[in-house]
Amino acid sequence: MRLLRCGADGVLVELGSQAEVAAARAALLTLPGVVDLVPAARTLLVVLTPGAPAATRVREALDGVDLTAAPAVDARSVVLPVVYDGPDLDLVADAAGISTDEVVRLHSGAAYTVAFTGFAPGFGYLTGLPEPLRQPRLDTPRTRVPEGSVGVAGEFTGVYPRPSPGGWRLLGRLADGADALFDPTRTPAALLAPGDAVRFEVAG
Amino acid sequence: MTRALTVLATGPLSLVQDLGRPGNAHLGVPPSGALDAPSLALANRLAGNDESAAGIESVFGGLRLRAGSSCTVVVTGPSAPVLVNGRAAGSHTPVHLRAGDEVEVGSPLAGLRTYLAASGGIEVPAHLGSRSTDVLSGLGPDPLAPGDVLPLGTPTRPPRGADAVPPPSPPDSLAVPVLLGPRDDWFDGPAAQLAAGAWTVSPESNRVGLRLVGTRLTRAAAFADRELTSEPVVTGAVQVPASGRPVVFLADHPTTGGYPVVGVVPGDALAALAQARPGTRVRLRPVG
Repeated sequence: MRLLRCGADGVLVELGSQAEVAAARAALLTLPGVVDLVPAARTLLVVLTPGAPAATRVREALDGVDLTAAPAVDARSVVLPVVYDGPDLDLVADAAGISTDEVVRLHSGAAYTVAFTGFAPGFGYLTGLPEPLRQPRLDTPRTRVPEGSVGVAGEFTGVYPRPSPGGWRLLGRLADGADALFDPTRTPAALLAPGDAVRFEVAG
Repeated sequence: MTRALTVLATGPLSLVQDLGRPGNAHLGVPPSGALDAPSLALANRLAGNDESAAGIESVFGGLRLRAGSSCTVVVTGPSAPVLVNGRAAGSHTPVHLRAGDEVEVGSPLAGLRTYLAASGGIEVPAHLGSRSTDVLSGLGPDPLAPGDVLPLGTPTRPPRGADAVPPPSPPDSLAVPVLLGPRDDWFDGPAAQLAAGAWTVSPESNRVGLRLVGTRLTRAAAFADRELTSEPVVTGAVQVPASGRPVVFLADHPTTGGYPVVGVVPGDALAALAQARPGTRVRLRPVG
């Protein structure tokens, strides 16, 4: 673990794995004076209110924390209904050497965690993807991926909160009537936040 | 009579801005908010508003509004002509409008962004607690267009005419402090490189980032071909893409980035960047 200064009141914590990021984040959730606590794939940004040096406060809060242990926090649970009719279902099945039914069974049967967000408001990178579904991005990204599309890329799965260009392999889409991933007029605006537990269920 | 302002003209770009929606970076939501926050806060104080009320941020003036009822407006930022029904009124001081009056903000003499506050504040719907337009994420209202009607809230305090203040004069060259880190070790002698460099503000700059043209920053040999895994980025971050030309992240910046950040411009130095016209000379002054 390394602590890197990030502005006057920020520290970027560099960690060895996604699991360590999750453990460090959980340990800092209750640190007084946290303005921003932003996980990424291998780093965690901590921005604090002005005061004692941020690096000192973060180092003390992480002192003695076992970063190899899964965080013991109460996670919110979110279930997303999915229609598995995505344009890349056959591609993913072929690449994995399994049937499309098996792809659906694997994807909807796994337990996921929101590791971090990015790319667009409300876009969560979910970890926990079964090994056969861990596949590269498309060679040529689509210029427009419809809102609600459910895709996989590398070790992650996720749902596009709004139409955008994108290169993830698409397995399906959120069912009609499912809660929007991001609605700026709703409280909370984002359906998914770091640490949330997520499952996909086959709709219809 | 409704308490509202009708937009008649916007100039190159006029946006509703308040102090933004900080604290949502973990949801992928940029902070947004007025780039020259002290100027918006001043306009609000002079108008009798809370500093956090929403006003209008305009680039290069050209904003023209018609009052739907009597109200008070204040224009701040760099010195700019303010006209009411074609007659000079003045910036940095409360200006009373009657129903039907038209107020126009001209181009600032120096600098870039003017701020207009109106008594009661602009009360368009808020997104995640803020009325700011985020040009990256599309949160908040669309950029203003002629015909828009902007509702005003109820004034809670009288305007404060007594402390009318002289406008700042944005310089044509800036020395910008930079706190080294988090990825200064990716660069060869980062402090010396920053101190020796000379840049100008690119016309490609916007609310997402201030792009600098000039000295290319070079990476240390050990990091020459390294790829950075995307990591969180703060406002003021001086990101150095593969071109070596730095970009200073402003309020509408993406919450994560995949290029190394050599240092961070402190928050109290960002207002000056908001007023830096294309062509402004920039030196980066490493501190700490």
